[in-house]
Amino acid sequence: MYAQLVSTDGLKKPEEMTPEERAFQERIDRGEKIEPKEWMPEGYRKTLIRQIGQHAHSEIVGQLPEGNWITRAPTLERKAILLAKVQDEAGHGLYLYCAAETLGVSRDELMELLHKGKMKYSSIFNYPTLTWADMGAVGWLVDGAAIMNQVPLQRTSFGPYSRAMIRICKEESFHQRQGYAIMMKMASGTPAQKAMAQDALNRLWYPSLMMFGPSDKDSVHSAQSMAWKIKMNTNDELRQKFVDQTVPQAEYLGLTVPDPNLKWNEEKGGYDFSEPDWSEFFDVIAGNGPCNKDRLGARVKAWDDGAWFREGLVAHAEKAAARKAPVAAE
Amino acid sequence: MPSLPDMNTPDVAELARGAAAASRATEVPTPDAGQEAFFEALLRIGDSTLILGHRVSEWCGHSPALEEDIALANVALDLIGQTQMWLGLAGEVEGKGRSADDLAYLRDAWDFRNLLIVERPNGDFGHTLMRQFLFDAYHLELLKALAGSSDPRVAEIAVKAAKEVAYHLERSSDLVIRLGDGTDESHRRMQAALEALWPYTGEMFLSDEKDAEAAAAGRIADPASLRPAWERTVRDVLGAATLTIPEGAFAHKGGKRGVHTEHLGYILADMQFLQRAYPGATW
Repeated sequence: MYAQLVSTDGLKKPEEMTPEERAFQERIDRGEKIEPKEWMPEGYRKTLIRQIGQHAHSEIVGQLPEGNWITRAPTLERKAILLAKVQDEAGHGLYLYCAAETLGVSRDELMELLHKGKMKYSSIFNYPTLTWADMGAVGWLVDGAAIMNQVPLQRTSFGPYSRAMIRICKEESFHQRQGYAIMMKMASGTPAQKAMAQDALNRLWYPSLMMFGPSDKDSVHSAQSMAWKIKMNTNDELRQKFVDQTVPQAEYLGLTVPDPNLKWNEEKGGYDFSEPDWSEFFDVIAGNGPCNKDRLGARVKAWDDGAWFREGLVAHAEKAAARKAPVAAE
Repeated sequence: MPSLPDMNTPDVAELARGAAAASRATEVPTPDAGQEAFFEALLRIGDSTLILGHRVSEWCGHSPALEEDIALANVALDLIGQTQMWLGLAGEVEGKGRSADDLAYLRDAWDFRNLLIVERPNGDFGHTLMRQFLFDAYHLELLKALAGSSDPRVAEIAVKAAKEVAYHLERSSDLVIRLGDGTDESHRRMQAALEALWPYTGEMFLSDEKDAEAAAAGRIADPASLRPAWERTVRDVLGAATLTIPEGAFAHKGGKRGVHTEHLGYILADMQFLQRAYPGATW
């Protein structure tokens, strides 16, 4: 997902908890929201910082693959829609960094961790966008997968994260629809456009499935996150839901999901499907995806090249404050 | 190498006379010459917003702070929206059935009428902000004047756009002042940007016979008339920014006649790629 492989220590049993921890867990179980200034276990705070930070990084790194086509959008209307969409991602990053700040970590600190490779962003953004159809497929599949995870997170236990998710989900569902609208146009267009649409689905299908993280049986320990309502569903549950939702949409477009084993399973009421190649996933996570170096390089360059700009603004603010301050008495 | 026939002065003169005679013979008076000047004037506005919107959109995802990324995307979105209106009206006035998209995506560089300043490369963030400020200060004066156009369609677009551009100018002025009067480095960068861009400002106020014709009809403002107000804004803001206005009065020109810098061709190669590679497809 946008936050993959965020691990926690093992789940504490009620008898291992301090009275404070037990009261905290009871509040969560009752469905109460935890607010920034309230007491929380250190593990809860740390896990949330990692998860929200990773999510925020995913939003701003996620601007890059779609930003790649803004100057080549095929009509003025498409250009405006795509630009507005990528701008929304920057806005999501902003909400999320603000949510993380309420936990006592600054945006600059999180940025530094990203730039040093000490914090991750979603694996999906390390894949290239090669044709205009990718603008459709990213909206349809990638935002579709993100929504799968983020809708339940609207009910997450940490107040600021939950509220950020409510705003973000509204915009994401618009993004997914605009992606699907591009796919419909392409799939019903010229033979070249249709081929482009199929090619985009072929390339992005498995990386989209990977967004949910490894299978539950191989996944890092997430029971504590589930108990804290930081993680709401297992990876496999969400992946199944995504496949069940997406396959009929692909059929409607007249496109073929690139999986020969894809088959409706009446008994489970869902599709059977092939697992993605998890060795590829771990390669991408380790920094060896097709675009890891370019994506992180672009972020670092933006930050480094902008240092003089940020410093200039600070210096001006200090000068202006000094001019306003009354002259100290001698 | 194939040999070419000799070409000497009398031949050239003879050819020129022949060509001139032929062109006189085939010249058909346009039914409404005023419409042609009007179309041209609308391209000059719409092409400038189109190309500047394109340049500004290049920053998306690469700005020095998230807030800047969001703000610049807003500016680009406004400019693209204005382009749709100006070029849409241009197509209507031309009367050949061309849409705003046809005009944006299916003309080559020599048919573009934007000011040269908007096609200049982004450079560093300070350069982009200085270009924006110099243009915004002109753009707002232009729109204020166009709000009184004799053509209600022009006035309507201008009123709507002026609200957006007033905000663009407020923002770019504020940042130019802060960075000019910031650190030594930010001051140096802003002064360098000003010096590089200054020779491209004069073109905004040059009037030719087409401007004169459209202005005489009351449809479009005479560019020269916008200069005093622009100069006041620029002097005030650059003064507050502790920046020095360059002395040279030289002005690069040509954009309004379709003679551009080398940069426009690359912008169009990017922008028009899909429309050119897949003719007739809808998106």
